[in-house]
Formats: sequence, structure tokens, C-alpha cells
Amino acid sequence: MAEVELRNISKSFDGVFALNNVSMTIPDGAFVVLLGPTGAGKTTTLRMVSGLDKPDRGDVLVNGHSLAGLTPAQRNVAMVFQQYSLYPHLTVYENLAFPLRSPLLKTSEEDIKVKVSRVAETLQIAHKLDNKATALSGGEMQRVSIGRALVRSPELYLMDEPLSSLDAKLRADLRIELKSIQADSGATVLYVTHDQIEAMTMATHVGVLNEGKLIQFGSPREIYEDPVDIYAASRLGQPRINILPADLFGHAPTGATSIGLRPEQIHQGEGQESLVTRVEHLGDQTRLHLSLKDHDLTTVTDAHTQLAAGDIVRISPQNPFFFDAAGDRIH
Amino acid sequence: MSFSVTEPTIRTKWFAGTAVILYAVITILPLMWIVATGFKSPADSIAYPPKVVFEPTLEGYVNLFTTRTRLAEGDMAALPPAETWYEKIVRDQGQIISGPSRYGERFLNSVIIGFGSTVLCMVLGTAAAYAFSRFRVPLKDDLLFFILSTRMMPPIAVAIPIFLMFRQLGLNDTHLGMILLYTAVNLSLSVWLLKGFIDEIPVEYEEAALIDGYTRFQAFYKVVLPQAATGIASTAIFCLIFAWNEYAFAVLLTSGTAQTAPPFIPTIIGVGGKDWPAVAAGATIFLVPVMVFTILLRKHLLRGITFGAVRK
Repeated sequence: MAEVELRNISKSFDGVFALNNVSMTIPDGAFVVLLGPTGAGKTTTLRMVSGLDKPDRGDVLVNGHSLAGLTPAQRNVAMVFQQYSLYPHLTVYENLAFPLRSPLLKTSEEDIKVKVSRVAETLQIAHKLDNKATALSGGEMQRVSIGRALVRSPELYLMDEPLSSLDAKLRADLRIELKSIQADSGATVLYVTHDQIEAMTMATHVGVLNEGKLIQFGSPREIYEDPVDIYAASRLGQPRINILPADLFGHAPTGATSIGLRPEQIHQGEGQESLVTRVEHLGDQTRLHLSLKDHDLTTVTDAHTQLAAGDIVRISPQNPFFFDAAGDRIH
Repeated sequence: MSFSVTEPTIRTKWFAGTAVILYAVITILPLMWIVATGFKSPADSIAYPPKVVFEPTLEGYVNLFTTRTRLAEGDMAALPPAETWYEKIVRDQGQIISGPSRYGERFLNSVIIGFGSTVLCMVLGTAAAYAFSRFRVPLKDDLLFFILSTRMMPPIAVAIPIFLMFRQLGLNDTHLGMILLYTAVNLSLSVWLLKGFIDEIPVEYEEAALIDGYTRFQAFYKVVLPQAATGIASTAIFCLIFAWNEYAFAVLLTSGTAQTAPPFIPTIIGVGGKDWPAVAAGATIFLVPVMVFTILLRKHLLRGITFGAVRK
């Protein structure tokens, strides 16, 4: 049982805010994905919770108890590092056993063996257990790094882009695997990525971070369907949301400077004439690149469309998002 | 100017080979001279021109480990026959063994002081280097410069203050005094070298260990130390070689109980003139520990010397 609360966390490095007054409550058993570009403060958030860094201001609470002053070991969290950080002088087996042998857990060697081989099985690295950690490929290192977190059963997992250097198939497998491990154990997970598919498929909650500020926190659907600003709207959705001048289609609400159109918010067949500049057949869908009054936009159309470059398509907005000059949403 | 990437010609190879062999001969020759002199008779050792081919004898080694008295020929004849081979060697010189020499003690002093200061230097140096590498130490750069500044003059330049200080503290001619002194001299070198090695170890390993349930010290012990082993080994060799070979302070600060081998070896005076073979034998034996230590840690040493060049 671990409900994690970040309360007004601020942290700056050399006078630059890495986190600026971030508050969020992570319910017990939630799978929270932090989304944002490099430098948004995602990793810093994990380090605050883990205890590797101390916040300048604010507090991290687990089940209502402040973690201030506790060492990382005392916090009983497992963390997957982006840089793998496997112990280079140990074998894969010893790496996986390392947290179990800590003075914190003091697991018997038999239990270690059982747990390590189970995790190695899950992560498909059982045949590499006797290898030196340095004699692995990047993907294998990353799996060992994930395994080192999974052998433990902490209340809270912190994962910093754990799937970033895996190939597409393994990434898809492990996405499902991680999600089911989390669902089975009921552990709380705080997960950093900039891959929106990971966010959409795994998260119960998504936190959108930008320049150290938490822009929006909610379920993936909520953020997709009801973004608070242009930035949050741009984080999710493939192809990306089209941001265009608000009056392109006429009748914009007062104060609106931009209109945001996701592919499903673009109705095809009536409205303004736009020129098809490119057609991309992706198999399950087809992407249309359109040009409307010198503005480029991208949308999705029927997989078996007969449209080709040079054709004219009529489009009109359907329940679009409007944003003001600062980028905030206008309802 | 262009650089050739073709296979070197036979002539270049010959030239390079000759240069290497020549250099090796120049470096090894004095060493061979010492080793050879140890097995010469006193007369051969000072023969001119020097004898390259000679009849080897253990006289020098026997004399090194013994003190001897000269006896009149009549008294010699009255003695019972020599019981051991070394007694025989001594009697052939017209002397008898009157007791063991102090070389053994001096050699042991060198071992205690040399290895003692090296161990202490490694412990303190690693701890200090780790702190400088990982923690926000106030005035870090100034402190590091200050530590290095102790190397900006020959240590012997401060011999007189150290002598007075040692006399005041009762550290003159003690093992502890010499260990502390050599540690102090070597510490700047070891802190700087080790800091370089520890800087190269990514901090993420320790962070992973901290998360994995270990304390800072355990993380240091289990994760940092094994990876710094190479650096520690090569630094230890440098420290040992300095402490082992140090002569000036040893002459000044030790005379009896804590005297090391370097100031002792030249004082080996034979009966009737300098006993060069004994001196050479003392020097030869003195070489052995550092040689063994270096060979044991050899595979680390190369990396230690070139550590700036192999940065990953």
C-alpha cells in the first residue's frame, strides 16, 4: 500500500528551476507516467521520490508520512535507471541478486535463486545469468536493469525510460509484461518516458511536465480529450494535433488565437477546400498531408482511400480546441 | 608533412630494435653490476679493469648477515673445524663469526615502515579522494591545490622543522614517526591519483546501490572499491617505491631501532676497507620486495601510468 504525494516540490540546479512548485497525488496502485521532453523535470521528480536528491522546498509523503531525512535505502523504493547502471564487476546473476543481498532484505541464497531465475525468465535473459554485466548488448543491459528492480517487491517502483533502448518487438512485449506485473502486485509505479504509446497503453494517470512545471495530471483519456493547453494537447496523439490560426475556419470564440485539431476533429467531405500534398499508407490507416491556405496539416483517412497528391479534399472542424495567446485552453 | 601508414621497412625495424635494446642495456647495466658485485670477492670487486668473468662466491652475502672478528693465524689453527659452509667462508678470510649483523632488523624496519605507510596512505587517500570526488566539499579546489602544494618543493627542504617537530613529539627514530612522515609525503600524490580514478567511476553505480538498500559506506565498499582496485594498486606501487627508497629523511631521523635499510647499507664496513660485495648483496636483497610487489600488481601498473590516455 503506497499512496505517494508530492507537495509543492521545488528544486533548482545552478539557479535554474528543474522543478517549480510541483504537487501531485499518486493513488495507491496507480501507474503514473510522467511525460515531457528532455529537461522537463521528469527524472528530477523520480530522484526526489527516491531520495537521491533532496528538494529545495516541499515534501514527499508516502501514506501521509514525510520521507524527508530518510535515505534511499530506508524509503524502500526500486528504481530502474536510464543509464542501466549495472555493476560492471559483477555477473548478471549477482547484479540481480544485489538488492536481495542488501542489509535491508537479507534474503537467503535459496530464495535469491528462485527470485532471480523467475525474473530472468520473464525478461528473457535466463541464458545470460553467468555473463559479466559488461558483456551484454544495450537491450540486455536494460532488461537486467529492469530485473534488478523487479526482484524486489517494494511499494513503489521508479522507472526512468526503462524501455528506451529495446527493439520494437521486445518493447511491446515488456510493455505488457510490466503492466501485468504492476497489476498483479498492486504496486505503485512512477514511470518516466517520452514515448506516448507507453503513456497511453500503460498509464492509469499521466503527468505532463514542462520546464519544471506540472501542466496537467489525469487519466490518459482526460489529457487526450480535455487538454488544458497547447503543450498538453501536443504531448498525446499520433499524428500530432494540428495547431492553426483560430480564424482559419471563421467563427472563433473571443480571445482565441489558435485552433487545435486532432485528426478525428477534422471532418472530411464538406467545408473549406484543401490540397492533398502527400498520402502515407501505413497499413491500418492512411495519413493525409493537406495544405489549407498555406497552412500544413495532417489527418487520418480510410486505409483504402483512392486519394492521391494533387487532389482536393473539403474539410471542416468538429468540436475543436481553442487556445488563447498564452496557449491556454478556451472553453 | 605526411605520415607513413605502410609496414615499417627492415631497416626501421632494426633501428627501433637496436634503440630499445640499447636503452634496456643502459638501464639494466647498473643493476647487473650490483647483482654481480654481490657475488664477487672483495679483491675482484675493486679490480681494474672490472672483471666481467669471475669466480662467484657467497662471501658478500655471508658478510652482510654477520659481524666478524679477525683472529691471529695461530688461534685460527687451534679452533675446531668449521661446522657450516658459511663459517668456512668466514674463516677463509682469516676471521670468525662473532654474531649476526643488523641487516635483518633494518630490512624488517623497511618492510614495516614501507608497507605500513603505503597501507595508511591508501586508506586515507582513498577516503579523501572519494570525498573530493563525490561530495560538495567547501573550498574543494583550494584544498586540492593546498594538498598538491606539499609536492612543490623537495620534501627534504622541510627536514629541519620536521626534525625539531619529531624531537619534540618523541617520534625520532620510531616506526610510527617514519610511517606518519612517509604517509604525509605520499598522501598528496595518492589523493590526486585516486581522485582521478574515482572520478572515472560513474556516480550512477553508487546511486543504484543506495536504492538497492545499501548505506553510503556499503555502496562505497561494495561498488566503488572493486572498480577503483586498479587505480588503488598502481597508486600503492608508487607510494611503496617512494617509502622504500627514501634515504635523506631516514638518515636524518633514524639511527637505531627504526633505521631502514637505505641508510644502513652504506654503513656496512668490512674488516680492513669497505666491503663492497656485502654492500652490493644488501642492495640486491633490498630490491626484491618492491620487485615482487610490482610484478604482482603489474597488470594494473600499466594502466595506472597511462590512465590519462585511456579515458573512456
